[in-house]
Amino acid sequence: MAELADLPHPPGRYPLVVVGSGPGGLQVSYALRRLGVEHAVLSEDDAPGGMFRRWPVFQRMLSWTKPFTPFEHRTREYERYDWNSLVADEAEHRALMPALMDGSSYFPSRPEMERGLASFASRTGIQVRYGCRWESTLREGSDFVLRTSDGDFQAPVVVFAVGVAQPWKPPTPGLADVPHYGQFKPVESYADRRIFIVGKQNSGFEIASGLLPWARQIVLASPSPTRLSVNTHSLVGVRARYLQPYEDHVLAGGVVVLDASIEAVERAGEGFRVLTQSAGEGGRRLAFEVDEVIAATGFTTPLRDLPDLGVATFGQSRLPAQTPYWESATVPGVYFAGTATQGFAGLRKHGIPSNSGAVQGHRYNARVLARHLAETRFARRLPRPRLRPEGIVPFLLGELTRGPELWHQRAYLARVVSLDPDRGVLDEGVLPLAHFVDAAGPDAVAVTLESNGKDDLYPVAYVRRSGQVGEVEPMPPHPLHEFEGEEYVRALTGALAPIVSPTLSRL
Amino acid sequence: MPVQGDVVNTIAAFALFADLTGPQLEEMAHVLDEAWFQDGERVVRQGFRGAGVFVILEGSAAIRVNGVDRATLHAGDYFGEISCLLGEEPVADIVAAGRLRCLVLPGQQVETFLTAHPRVMFRLLQGEARKLRNTTRWLS
Repeated sequence: MAELADLPHPPGRYPLVVVGSGPGGLQVSYALRRLGVEHAVLSEDDAPGGMFRRWPVFQRMLSWTKPFTPFEHRTREYERYDWNSLVADEAEHRALMPALMDGSSYFPSRPEMERGLASFASRTGIQVRYGCRWESTLREGSDFVLRTSDGDFQAPVVVFAVGVAQPWKPPTPGLADVPHYGQFKPVESYADRRIFIVGKQNSGFEIASGLLPWARQIVLASPSPTRLSVNTHSLVGVRARYLQPYEDHVLAGGVVVLDASIEAVERAGEGFRVLTQSAGEGGRRLAFEVDEVIAATGFTTPLRDLPDLGVATFGQSRLPAQTPYWESATVPGVYFAGTATQGFAGLRKHGIPSNSGAVQGHRYNARVLARHLAETRFARRLPRPRLRPEGIVPFLLGELTRGPELWHQRAYLARVVSLDPDRGVLDEGVLPLAHFVDAAGPDAVAVTLESNGKDDLYPVAYVRRSGQVGEVEPMPPHPLHEFEGEEYVRALTGALAPIVSPTLSRL
Repeated sequence: MPVQGDVVNTIAAFALFADLTGPQLEEMAHVLDEAWFQDGERVVRQGFRGAGVFVILEGSAAIRVNGVDRATLHAGDYFGEISCLLGEEPVADIVAAGRLRCLVLPGQQVETFLTAHPRVMFRLLQGEARKLRNTTRWLS
């Protein structure tokens, strides 16, 4: 074991501290290093990987990595098909996951995912002080002081990438005495048992899927009806991989999927009695005699004492309320990376959330955050490539067709081009869409891909003209998602006319 | 994302949900997502597609038309329903006045939601009738 003195990032004052060594912490540290922002990374774990070192219980990710696609693995365009690798600027560090997978599934196993993260950390030289537990937080002037098991770390800016993986149960009587999803036992121990699963989201259906060949009876219950991702055209709802228990239920094969609130869980002999009441007409009450109850009731964000410092949280997951750049909405200087970035919901158009709760979404948030921190906190001015006016439309349509940020963070991240008479036409990069539509700035256009929950995804442009941002009529979907044809050129050219012509005349 | 247990207690006191049983209130808390907005943040954007119906749990919000504040909404009030019912873009910004916590129902789920919960639909109709009456009084 390394001596304390040999570990990177000894206690002390830093310009910035990152807490966490899961995908969120690693991705933001990588992006900060690329921009030359000095920082320390602390983690209570002893190796990279975050929650993937423990979960999902049935060992495979919900997110895929396709080995064979129209694009080479080490291109930026391939990221659209690889939801699990962290993203790098250098080709040799891109797409690490497909090479680590054994080919038996396009959903990586948990150990494969863990190896992918460890490989990214070692190849890119990310330095983490492992085994260093953040215990409490203080304010000292404009600095934050993080009390840790290794001593005090002080910084004016802290990025918390601590996941949303602290098991949570609602205050239903008796539920405190049953195991949570995270305490699932070896599956063989459920052989010939009657299992009641509280919760009908992916974690509940994941357990039910794994139990199908083992359990005598499976009941899944929660107050609201099950939604399916194949119906919502988004990641909202139960994913196709875990639908087998649902099919078993609708074909009356023995699985029960119930829309009812759980009134109480009582001990009954060696097992449990679960009392439920339906929200429907008459409020039907049912009592289930079962051997095991499992609470698949979700997770919260382990923020320790940050709420005492004023960090506002909301929702069952106790997500920190954030600005469009993932800064605490109530405590400036506290930022978030990783799955906690769900706490800034963005425009949430048509009710469809961002993918910030998954690696394929938050890896891009981390990159945008690092650029934002470099510019606003460390006085860097990052280059903005200049575009020729006639190049704007082909550039943006190319990004809509192949830009992985837009594919994975729909209606959340946008590609922005500004048109300023003094500075010319500039590629401003990828920005949070909510920031673009609500902040002041020069004439500009932002493009995103969006979904409305029923049709194929489609491109949308937002145009800022004289400080006012308007949403342009959405462009139509394309059956092959190719948005570079004449129809799209015409639509985007028309949308840009009000800002392009005046700027050109003044250039 | 499901919401905290306190949501059930909070919405039990709202006119919109006044006729619901305990399990039905719990269903509401599961079906509707919780959202949080900071002071000055736009909740609904005038002219933007894809908004929803919002019910204020805590805090206040301003109805802003073309940059001018017209009225203030408080806990228990709801907004966004007119554009969702008509399938049109909102004709006003709704802007958080201080910290604001809401429940949200996406626009495309409004029809299914209301037809599945006729008592909520009736209460919503009552609310719309009050708004119409007040507007008529104001005009006359």
